Parts: sequence; C-alpha cells; structure tokens
Amino acid sequence: MTITITWFLLLAAALFSIGVAGVLIRRNALVMFMSIELMLNAVNLTFVAVSNELGLIEGQVAALFVMVVAAAEVTIGLAIIVAVFRTRSSANVDELAEMKG
Amino acid sequence: MTDLLWLVIALPLFGATINLLFGKRIGEPISGWLGLGFVGLAWAIAVPATLSLVSGSAHPETIYLFSWIPAVGADIAILWDPLAALMTMIVTGIGSLIHLYSIGYMRGDERYPRYFAFLNLFIASMMMLVLAANYAMMFIGWELVGLCSYLLISFWFTKPSAAAAGKKAFIVNRIGDWGFLVALMIVFASFGTFDFGAIFASGPTVITVGTATAITLLLFVGAVGKSAQIPLYIWLPDAMEGPTPVSALIHAATMVTAGVFMIARSAVLFEMAPVTGAVVAIVGTATALLAALIAIAQTDIKKVLAYSTISQLGYMVLGVGVGAYTAGVFHLTTHAFFKALLFLGAGSVIHAMADEQDMRNMGGLAKKMPITFITMGAAWLAISGMFPFSGFWSKDEILGATFARGGGFVVLWLIGLLVALLTAFYMTRLFVMTFMGKARWSEDVHPHESPASMTIPLVVLGFFTVSAGFVNTPVRLAFEHFLETSFEGVPHIEGLSFGLFSALAGVTLVVATAGIVWGWHKYSRAELPAEDGTFWQRSRAAFGVDDFYGRTIVAPGRKASEWAAETMDTKVLDGTAHGVGSGIRGLGDVLARFQTGQVRGYAGGVAVAGVVLIVVFLVVGGGI
Repeated sequence: MTITITWFLLLAAALFSIGVAGVLIRRNALVMFMSIELMLNAVNLTFVAVSNELGLIEGQVAALFVMVVAAAEVTIGLAIIVAVFRTRSSANVDELAEMKG
Repeated sequence: MTDLLWLVIALPLFGATINLLFGKRIGEPISGWLGLGFVGLAWAIAVPATLSLVSGSAHPETIYLFSWIPAVGADIAILWDPLAALMTMIVTGIGSLIHLYSIGYMRGDERYPRYFAFLNLFIASMMMLVLAANYAMMFIGWELVGLCSYLLISFWFTKPSAAAAGKKAFIVNRIGDWGFLVALMIVFASFGTFDFGAIFASGPTVITVGTATAITLLLFVGAVGKSAQIPLYIWLPDAMEGPTPVSALIHAATMVTAGVFMIARSAVLFEMAPVTGAVVAIVGTATALLAALIAIAQTDIKKVLAYSTISQLGYMVLGVGVGAYTAGVFHLTTHAFFKALLFLGAGSVIHAMADEQDMRNMGGLAKKMPITFITMGAAWLAISGMFPFSGFWSKDEILGATFARGGGFVVLWLIGLLVALLTAFYMTRLFVMTFMGKARWSEDVHPHESPASMTIPLVVLGFFTVSAGFVNTPVRLAFEHFLETSFEGVPHIEGLSFGLFSALAGVTLVVATAGIVWGWHKYSRAELPAEDGTFWQRSRAAFGVDDFYGRTIVAPGRKASEWAAETMDTKVLDGTAHGVGSGIRGLGDVLARFQTGQVRGYAGGVAVAGVVLIVVFLVVGGGI
C-alpha cells in the first residue's frame, strides 16, 4: 500500500481540527497556546506534502518561514502568559475579560 | 522723462511703508515732512512729463512696467495721456499742499506718523487708479482708495461715530464696487482683454449697443458709489468724521471724483450707449438738486461743505452724462481747487475755534483770521459761480452743454440753474454766518489765525481758485484742446455760438448773483433768522433718507443676521452637527456589545468565519 498525498492531507486536516477544538474548548491559556502550535504544524505538513507532490520548492520555503515565525510567536506569547500568571496567579482566559466594550 | 513716472506711484508707497514701520521712531514732525517730501517728489517728477504733453513736444504713450496677469491682458503699465497727466497734477499737487497743511493741523495727535502713512498710501493708490492702462489695474487702485478712505474716516476710531462712519463708507462703497466688478466681467467676456487701448480701439466693432449699455450702466453703479450720487451718497456726509484735511483731499478734491474720471476714461463706451448717458445725466442732476436742498439747512460747517460736494459732483456727472467730458473734467479740476480750499479754510476756522463746528456759534471771524477770510471768500465766489472765478467757467460749460443737447435736457438745464441759485444761497449763508456779523462764540474761545504751514496751502489754492478758470474760456479753449487726445474717437459736441453762450452765461450769472444777494440779505442781520419752518426742519434732517434706508435696508438686514445667528446657526447648523455626533455614538454603543473580552469567543468567530469562507469559495469556484 502506497502512502499518497491524500493520507498526508487527511492527517493535516485532523491535526488542524484538533487544534481548533483545543482553542475553542480549553480555558487554560497554555493549552490554547499548544493547540495553536498544533494548527500551525498541521499547515506546515500540508505545505510540505503538496510541495513534494508538485515538485515545487516554494512549499518547503513557506514551511520554514512558518517555523521561524512560530518560534518568535512562542517567545512573545509565553512571555505574556508568564506575565499574566504572575499578576493574577491564573492562566484562565475566561477571567481575562477586561477589554469588554 | 516718462521713464521715471513709475516713481509717482512708488515714492508715496515707499513713504507709507517707512512711516508705517518706523513712524514711531521717527516721530513728530519729521514723519510729516517725510510724507510731504515723497509726495512733493512725485509731483516734481510728473511736472516735466506733463509740461511736455502740454507743449505738444511729447505724445500720449503707454509705459510698460511688468507683466501681471498676462492671460487677461493686465500688465502693470502706465497710460500717460493728458487726462492722466491732469489728474496726476491735481492729486500730487493738492496732495502736497494738504500734507503741508496736515503737518500743522495734526500737531500733537497721538498717531501722527500713522496719519501720514495712510495719507501717502492714499496718494499711491489714487495714482495707481489714474495712471492705470487697463481696467484691472484701475480696479486695484479703486479698491485701495476705498480702503484708505475707510482708514482715514475712522482715524479717530475711539470715537464711536467715527468708527461707524468709516464702516458705513466702506460698506456703501462695496455696493458700487460690485457694479464695477460685474462690468469688468462683461468687458472681459466681450473683449477678452482689460487693456484700455485695445478696448477703446475696437469698442464699436466688437460689442452691440445692448452690451455697451449693460457695461456702462454697471460702470456707472461703481461711479455712483465712489462719487456719492443718488442713491449711494449717504456715506459722504458721515465721512466728515475724519480729520478735516482728509475731507479736503479725499472726500472733496480727489477720490470722490474717481467716478467722474472713470466715466471720462471710458468715454468711448459711454458714447455707444445713449440710454446710459441719459440715466447718468438725470442721476447727476437729481443728486445736485437734492444735496443742495439739504445743504441749505445744515448748521455744521463741514456738513454744508459735504453736501455741497455731493451737489457739485452731481454737476460733474451731469456733464459727462450729456457727453461733455471735457466740461465734466474741467469742473472736476476747478472744484478740486476751490473745494479743497473751502475745506482747508473750514479746518482753519475749526482749529481757531477750538474744535467748534457749529456755525451758529461763529460769526465775526473776518478780523480775527484775515488770510482764511480772504482765501475762503475767493472760494465762496468761485463755487457760487461768480465771474471771473474758476467755478463760473466750468459750471457754465456744463450747463451750456446740457442746454445745447436740447429736448428733455432743457429741463435738466433748468434744474441746474435752480441748483446754481441754491448753491450761491447756501454758500453765502455759510460765509456770512462764519465770518460776518457779530461774534457769537463764548468768552473762553480765542480765535486766532492759523500757523504758516496751514495758511500757505490756503493762499496757493486761493490763487488757483481765482485763476484756474481762464484755461478754458469760450475765447480760449486751451484746456479742451489739451484733453483732445484723451477723447479720440468720442464725437465732439458742437460748441454753442459765442452769442448764445454769453446769453446763457448771463442767465447763470444773474441767478448766482440773486442767490448771493438773497443769502446776504437774510443772514447779515443782527440776529440769525429762525429757520424753523417745515422745509427747514425736513432739510436739516436730510429729508430722512438715512432713516428710510435704516428702516428698509439696515433693519431687515439686521433681522436676517439675527435669524442667521440664532435660528440658522444654533438650530440648523448646530443641530446637524449634534445629530451626526449622537448618531455615531449610538452606533458605537451597539457595536461595543460585540467586544465581549472573551478570547475564546473571538476564536470561535474566526473559526466559523473561516468555515463560511471555505464554503463560499468552494461554491463560487464550482468545487461542489
């Protein structure tokens, strides 16, 4: 049985859906954060799979690019979460509703 | 010699700048002498250029200075012809004398340098008006003299009446300026240029009689404002709030004659429109009559002179209206001398009487101020039309030309005669009440002759008042001949035969003598006549014209302003602004509900929107 691109795309879709569900359902900021990482990597998987299928290099470039951005994002995001945790001793996003209009 | 003519405008302008910027540091009286110096220098530059025109060794020319608005043919250029030269001589000559007079008259005034700055600015503006070679440049001068007039009428602006008079003059003049401006638009639409030479050369071939009538009627609206004719004359009597030398220079000798000058300059166009000519003549005659009737009962010496100026301007307008441009300009010239003299004499009297202007409190000043008495006597005889003083010749020429037109114009001639009678009467009244009879002033006033800086201008003007008429007598038409080149292309009015002219002159002379005798008889008695009849009261109140305008124009105008300020502004405009503001605020309140602060809510929104977008793209792209 050969593993076609369909498998990769289905896996990526599954991972992405798990990520979306995590962001929507979980209340802990850290877990939500991990879910976002999952979504990003699902997209990366799609990029690489399609790139390989079509013989194009751009998809791999995009994947590397996403990794760089994700690394930067993780740094800032974690810093914010740490700062929020220090002031409120909690990482529950439902309690962070100061911006209500 | 004409190369230097631009200095005639530039020098007074420079003088005004210096006095405006450094006047306080220069101080009194140097700043006054400085102002006089610049105007005198301008006069000295213009003299040789004028003389060469008079002798015939030079011809009229246009001196190009620089390009201003090339698209409309408006250059800054000087049209140096006899008419311009004549006006230059009057403005700078009388202007110099009045600067000299002002040095004495304005002594001790707080804003002495500022006064001379304005006076110099006026000379520069007036020169720009008379030397202009196109309508655009003339209009600039026209507006600037209006500005100077405003500045100088309200020179003593701490006095509420002076401030109000300045505003009144400016606003009433704006109405006339509107007419002038619209006329210029039609001129440009018809000719494509503002240049006098081009317009007057091509005039009859380019425009129809109807267009010419429209242009000239609108130009005349401008002249009505500036030259104080019915119905816009009401600003001139109030303009007497300004310093007396200003009244003499601007509101008697020069600026108010700008309208007459402008009509004379546009003679070619006015000749094309006989209807306008008739309107001009009728308005001029009516103004002359009305102003004379009002002048009779005034007791303020300057008010009498103000109304007599309006009346004499009416004569000039009548002159140019019947096509006797030379006669109109001739009366302008002689009037400039004798009316400036009358005002300066009145200023001298007011000065001597410690600012008393009511003639009922004067009398018997002849012995106290002999020079003022004698020179003003000459001016009195001149304006009354006594032979051989200057006013006799010029007034007679206008009346003669009116009579010569025949038909309905004979009625205007008759009214003109009546005005001559009234003029002689009220001027005699002024003269006798001021200088003759017994003294009616109070004990603590000590009249004295004015200083030399004030009497020298009186004497010089007195000389011209007596002699200026001789340049244009029926036996020697030097003045008319001199101006001929300025009125090229204008049909020449056939002069009356010498016999008829003499007969008419005899009639006016008899009428003028009757007026003088009547006035002398009535006012030289020991007690002043009562002057309390209905006519006198109405006349003293200027026939209520000001009140009438107040009720019909000013009051509705004020109502409209109040409506605009209270209803329009507070309700409509503010209401709109407030309405828009509260609408936006309400919208914001609604939208703010979407901002829950719940991060997971936002994320859900993004997810749903993403799904929706994917579905839409699939449907539109035909994937499903």
